Amino acid sequence: MCDTCGCNQPPEAVTFRKPGEPEHHHDHHHDPGQPHNHHDHNHHHHHDHHDHGPSRTLQIELDILQQNNMLAQRNRGWFEAKNILVLNLVSSPGSGKTTLLERTITALKDEISVSVIEGDQQTLNDANRIAATGAPVIQVNTGKGCHLDAQMIRRACDELAPADGSVMMIENVGNLVCPAMFDLGEASKVVIISVTEGDDKPLKYPTMFAAADLCLINKMDLLPYVDFDVDKCEQAARTVNPRLEFHRVSATTGEGMDQWYEWLKNRRGDRRTGS
Amino acid sequence: MHEMSIVSGILDIAENEARSAGARIINSVEIEVGQLAGVEIPSLEFCFEVARRGTLAEQADLVIHEIPGLGHCPDCDQDVAVDFFMAVCPACGLGLVEILQGRELRVRSINVD
Repeated sequence: MCDTCGCNQPPEAVTFRKPGEPEHHHDHHHDPGQPHNHHDHNHHHHHDHHDHGPSRTLQIELDILQQNNMLAQRNRGWFEAKNILVLNLVSSPGSGKTTLLERTITALKDEISVSVIEGDQQTLNDANRIAATGAPVIQVNTGKGCHLDAQMIRRACDELAPADGSVMMIENVGNLVCPAMFDLGEASKVVIISVTEGDDKPLKYPTMFAAADLCLINKMDLLPYVDFDVDKCEQAARTVNPRLEFHRVSATTGEGMDQWYEWLKNRRGDRRTGS
Repeated sequence: MHEMSIVSGILDIAENEARSAGARIINSVEIEVGQLAGVEIPSLEFCFEVARRGTLAEQADLVIHEIPGLGHCPDCDQDVAVDFFMAVCPACGLGLVEILQGRELRVRSINVD
C-alpha cells in the first residue's frame, strides 16, 4: 500500500539518486478527484455486522513502529561494525544544514572522510552542492513523505557504500516534528536552529530538542540584525533537555565552527577507542 | 503528517497476525496511543479509514485507548501528570522528571473471523 495516499499501487514514490542521474518517472498516478467518505465517527463504536461463528480476539501487544525500530537497530549494528559515526541532522527548512555540511566537509577533508545522505521531498539540489565538495552523496527524494526512515537509510547505504572508519551525515527532511519519531540507526541527532527563527523554538518543538544530543545555533553573523536572545534560546532548550550541548556558529563566516569540528572529532575518537 | 506511516505499520501488524491465525477478515483493531507519542488522533483515524481499503481490515473499526502521560520526580518523589515534554518537575521546580507512561504506540489486539 502506498504510504502517502493509501492506494494499492506499489510505493515507489521514494527515489534514490546520485548527482548526475536522470530523473526517472514512476507510473504512480493519483486521480486528483479521489473521493473519500467523511462521516461522523467517534473513537469507540462497534458494529454488529458479523453473525457467522464466534469471532476471536488475538492479543498482539506489538509496537507500531517496531518495524522501523528493528531496521534502525540493524543499521546501528552495521554502522558500529564498520566503525562509522552517523549523525542525523534535523531542523526546520532553511536553517543552513547544507551550508554547514559543505563547510565542514571542506574544512576537515584532510582529516575525516565524510559521506552524506540528503533528504528532501524533491530535487537533487542539495546533493549537487555536496558533490561539489568531493564527498560521496546520495539524494533521497521522499515525494510526499515528511521524514526519512530506517528503510530509506538502509537502501541509501547500499548505493553509497560508506567506508570503514568514516563519518556519515544524514541531512534529514527539513521538519522539526516527524523525524523525531523515526530512528534511523544514528549515533546522535544534531538539531540545528538559526538566529532568524525565534528564540522560543525549543519550547514550541520540544520533542525534537529532547531527542538531540547537540544543538548548533547557526547564522550567528546575522545576530545584530535580528531580535534573537541566544541565552534565552539555550535556557528554553535546557528545560526540555538538560543534557543538550550548544555551539554557536556561522556556516558562512566560519565563526564558532572549530568547536563543532572538535566535537565531531571527539565523538569519532570515542568510537575508535570503543568508549 | 506522519500518521499515514503509523497507519501503515498498524495494518502490517494486523494483517500479519490475522494471516498467521488463518483469519479471513479483521473486525476491529485495538491500539494504544500515548499522550506523548506524537500522534494526532483525528489524523490517525482519517488515515486509517483511507488506508484500510483493500486489506483484511477493510471493514475494521479502530478502537483507540489514549494513555495519559505520567512522570516521576526523584527530587520531590511525586508522580506528576505530563502532557508534553518538560524535563523540570512542575510540582517542585527542581527535579528532572522521568517519564513513566505516555509514549505508547502499539497494537494491543485484533478481533478476527
